Amino acid sequence: MSTPQEHRLIFKHIDEPGYTNDIDCYLKHGGYEQLKKAVTMKPEDICADVLTSGVRGRGGAGFPAGMKWKFLDRKSGKPIYLVCNADESEPGTFKDRQIIHQDPHQLIEGMMCSAFAIQAKLAFIYIRGEFFQGYKILERAIEEAREKNLLGDNILGTGYSCDIIVHRGAGAYICGEETGLIESIEGNRANPRIKPPYFPAALGLYQCPTIVNNVETLCDVKHIIELGGQGFSEIGTPGNTGTRIWCVSGHVQKPGYYEFPCSAITLGELIYDICGGLKPGRKLKAVIPGGSSAKVLRADERFTGKLKDGTEFDWGIEDIPMDFDSLGLVGSMSGSGGVIVMDDSTDMVEALANINYFYAHESCGQCTPCREGVPWMRKVTQRMVDGEAREEDAQLLKDIADQIAGRTICAFGEAASWPVQSFIAKFNDEFVEKARTQAALRKEGKSTAEKTTLI
Amino acid sequence: MNLKSKTIEKIDKLVPRYPTMKSAALPLCHMVQEDQGYLSNEAVEWIADRLDLQPINILELVTFYPMLRTEPTGKYHVRVCRTLPCALAGAYQTCERLEKEFNCKVGHTSVDGSVTLNFVECHADCGKGPVVMVGEDEYTDIDPDKASELAAKIKNGEI
Repeated sequence: MSTPQEHRLIFKHIDEPGYTNDIDCYLKHGGYEQLKKAVTMKPEDICADVLTSGVRGRGGAGFPAGMKWKFLDRKSGKPIYLVCNADESEPGTFKDRQIIHQDPHQLIEGMMCSAFAIQAKLAFIYIRGEFFQGYKILERAIEEAREKNLLGDNILGTGYSCDIIVHRGAGAYICGEETGLIESIEGNRANPRIKPPYFPAALGLYQCPTIVNNVETLCDVKHIIELGGQGFSEIGTPGNTGTRIWCVSGHVQKPGYYEFPCSAITLGELIYDICGGLKPGRKLKAVIPGGSSAKVLRADERFTGKLKDGTEFDWGIEDIPMDFDSLGLVGSMSGSGGVIVMDDSTDMVEALANINYFYAHESCGQCTPCREGVPWMRKVTQRMVDGEAREEDAQLLKDIADQIAGRTICAFGEAASWPVQSFIAKFNDEFVEKARTQAALRKEGKSTAEKTTLI
Repeated sequence: MNLKSKTIEKIDKLVPRYPTMKSAALPLCHMVQEDQGYLSNEAVEWIADRLDLQPINILELVTFYPMLRTEPTGKYHVRVCRTLPCALAGAYQTCERLEKEFNCKVGHTSVDGSVTLNFVECHADCGKGPVVMVGEDEYTDIDPDKASELAAKIKNGEI
């Protein structure tokens, strides 16, 4: 069987020798032709194309972008805002960084096409604070585009005006949550808002109708205009259209970013054929397929069930097609496309302790179950790796997680609980074993504190 | 407050671009912090005054966003990502080496004030872990040996 070939749509020019991030290079490669086309179209036709394309949000939730746009409250008479979510903060994800650094004009073109389609009055790029260079690159790119009348006042002589403000975050993961992000732009702490009533499409930024889309999703809009909604929908499979950029990290030979049509490869092909497999002598132990909040998959699991069309499936971890629906069917998610691979040298208790540390650090503190529960889970896993594990800890962790998920304003409660629930469900033995090993050492009068590597 | 004239110019240009003054609060925190190195009480009051807000409106941001700080860092601010993908690539070992090189525990500033060493969460370059930031510059694939090389460059003032 031949190695699947990458199909680069969004990443067409990423890492291409000689390709630079200035506007001249972008124009030479056919840049802004789709914006020129877009402004001759009726805005509602672009929206219809985005709906037809079936493109689903690339930030994590996978909600159809065209549907999100359809919910936009156009009758209120209030100004409409477009926000690009460039917070890219889900651990394991590093695709937006490449677009911002190497091809910023693709994002700006995608944004201006989208802004015209929804008739936005003003657009924002919310970029994470740690992207110091990315911020400067975007600022420069926006000025270049303004000089060529591709954004700002009276764009390309159409009478339509829209500016982009680059707004920097400051190290808070919760700003990736769209209503938290909106609060942050308004100059507040990024405490997410409760939905309903605060669906951004109706009551978003400054209580006005707002669309928040991921960087990659907005780039997709440019390609939807080029290919047409129907043409775009033919990439991938029905319900899983377009390409996805899989960011692979962890214990593989060749970590990196790889773009494929949805469903074009399996998880096994991605790990072994594309990423060169595991390090010599190592075996696959677990994969977190969609950023650190996605539920972990165990290497020796069997996944069975029925596909949407009724056919039965029976997959090993390597057989899972890489798309939204299949990763959902095996109980996890494609999320933001961050595939974290762990080999048999990984201590799963330490790995969970690492993840819990992250979420405890990032809880905004607004909802009690999350503010109290997530640091509690961190304390338990920290105690376990420090040599004080108890046999009942696995159950305790599960109980805490079960009481957080579904009881918070935003999805952070789930994001922090899913790793715990899935690690305990699939690696329970390791958690219990850790406690037993430490108890045995204690009996012998030996130290239970081990040297840790992941926390 | 002795803000550089260039900073004031940038602030004056930015504030009117936002639909509301308050939206400029976080950007101003960044700009003043970059100018002064940290956000003092005086800086917080200055930002509030500039935006017709109360100091508490700024302080509640400073205490929420991890990148905003109320104390100066050492001359070099070294940030090591410790989140899972970087940890799988050996970030904790990298940080241990840096602690030895700078004779400074993570979370602290070296006695001579030259280096502040911090753990930070994911910097979104997980394919090239461990990731280390020195000031605003990113260094990737920093295993312990490369960490020693990086530390040597910092100590020699080469970066």
